[in-house]
Amino acid sequence: MLDLRKDFPILRGTDVVYLDSAATAQRPACVMEAERAFNDERNANPLRGLYAWSMEATEAYERARQTVADFVHARQPEEIVFTRNTTEGLNLIAYTWACTNLRPGDEVLVTVMEHHSNLLPWQMACERTGATLRFLECDQRGVFPEEAMRAAVTERTKLVCMGHVSNVFGRVNPVEKMAELAHSVGALMVCDAAQSAPHIALDVQKLGVDFLVFSGHKLCGPMGIGALWARMELLEDMPPFLRGGEMIEYVTRDSATWAEVPHKFEAGTVNASGAVGLEAAIRYLQTAGLETIESHVNALTERALKGMQALPHVHVIGSENAVEHSGILTFTVDGVHPHDIAAIFDSDRICIRAGHHCAQPLMKHLGVGSTARASIYLYNNEQDVDRFLESLATLRSRMGYGE
Amino acid sequence: MENRSFYNEVLTEHNMRPDFKHDLPDANLVLEGVNPSCGDDIYLKLKVEGDTIVDGAFVGDGCAISQASADIMLGMIVGLPKDEALHLADCFIRMIKGTASEEEIEELDEAGALRDISHMPARVKCAVLGWHTLEEIFKNPEKARPKAD
Ligand SMILES: Cc1ncc(COP(=O)(O)O)c(C=O)c1O
Repeated sequence: MLDLRKDFPILRGTDVVYLDSAATAQRPACVMEAERAFNDERNANPLRGLYAWSMEATEAYERARQTVADFVHARQPEEIVFTRNTTEGLNLIAYTWACTNLRPGDEVLVTVMEHHSNLLPWQMACERTGATLRFLECDQRGVFPEEAMRAAVTERTKLVCMGHVSNVFGRVNPVEKMAELAHSVGALMVCDAAQSAPHIALDVQKLGVDFLVFSGHKLCGPMGIGALWARMELLEDMPPFLRGGEMIEYVTRDSATWAEVPHKFEAGTVNASGAVGLEAAIRYLQTAGLETIESHVNALTERALKGMQALPHVHVIGSENAVEHSGILTFTVDGVHPHDIAAIFDSDRICIRAGHHCAQPLMKHLGVGSTARASIYLYNNEQDVDRFLESLATLRSRMGYGE
Repeated sequence: MENRSFYNEVLTEHNMRPDFKHDLPDANLVLEGVNPSCGDDIYLKLKVEGDTIVDGAFVGDGCAISQASADIMLGMIVGLPKDEALHLADCFIRMIKGTASEEEIEELDEAGALRDISHMPARVKCAVLGWHTLEEIFKNPEKARPKAD
């Protein structure tokens, strides 16, 4: 078993069991240290400034960009645009590429399991351009039948948007196959990697997608920093998203020309210390090894899933196979509302999530109102899982069911 | 953060074995109340004669807190004049917000069992759903008249 818990100050000397990493991951000391060093030793506006601190800040920020580029296998660091989070990255694509390229009659294909962040921007773009939003359905276990995938892509499809790993099922979606289908009709492919980036080595070349976005805070980085990757040709053709300082070349009274990519998309003062923290988080994961992390997560998921399957009133959504969950176990308990489940876990000092998981169309599709979710990551251990299972086993009796 | 006491017996009992969770065919005021955060969705049904709530019930579903709270509320307001019921609603909502006095909480009787929810901001909407729906019914009774079809 990996023992990385000691690297996480928040987990030292506490009996809190943190099982909500799919919402946000905890941060290791090295991430805080990287941010501290930036703030204490070279904080300045990273504007390619004319003095040492500013130059160092610029360097640190651009080095972080290089690290992110390598992390996703981008061809060049300029293909990385820093954003606040996944949501902002997806909105950037929607407001720039989608709003300028979609026409009435075009189709945007999204899947029914998308997080609201990978749905609402496309609703907006379709509304503004007159394009039609279409849905690819999954089955009850979260699988997209290949037939359905083929049928969903038509000659009118211009954009396909799919999450790499769903925050409800945890299953890895067939993004490569979907990208191939999209490209076969000349459409572009957007991949929401918010839930996959913490678990799977990302390779945009292999995935064959055109856009990919993720958030730093789900992979042990700070909140408020995320990244968008897109192919250079696309970024060069896209208009800016936000306008203002630091994204221009020349400005006159009534016009402006844009700075080069990626700066064209990074209006205003950037989150440089966040980028530095994100870089430290990526290095931390790479040092531990994403495969090592995943086998640790899978082993614990297996333990949890087995225990849950043994409880008669507990129902886990998605695969029966632990390795198809990316540490995400979404479940219901007969007769107990998910928010009551979460409250009882909380009284046992166990953090889980409950609600619609920002995926209301999926909840409707599955015919469940809301669900509870425990999610496992690299710092969890067997004790965490066992405490989770103990509370789960006594939950119904604590709600007044005699059994 | 000791074991929170809001899942006490009063609450679990009213959730498991509600007295007022059933249809009320002769209700003359019916209003839906929704709490999107938990997905609680209830219909509060009242039979009002003159100024008195002579009968009441609710249907729908939701978390234990919303269901128990609505059930306890109905147990208290059936038989009361409208103004007294609204006074209790006001006390209850302020208890949950943490601004009610000890005397007011005493007035709330069994509903006082939910007072600890004031420490759980995420669940406030569940606790006040029934009471809030009650206020809405009397604020705008025209909207709550069952449509004759
Ligand atoms: C699949 C998926 N997409 C997008 C998001 C949104 O991420 P953020 O809130 O960091 O923008 C999340 C986070 O919950 C997610 O799980």
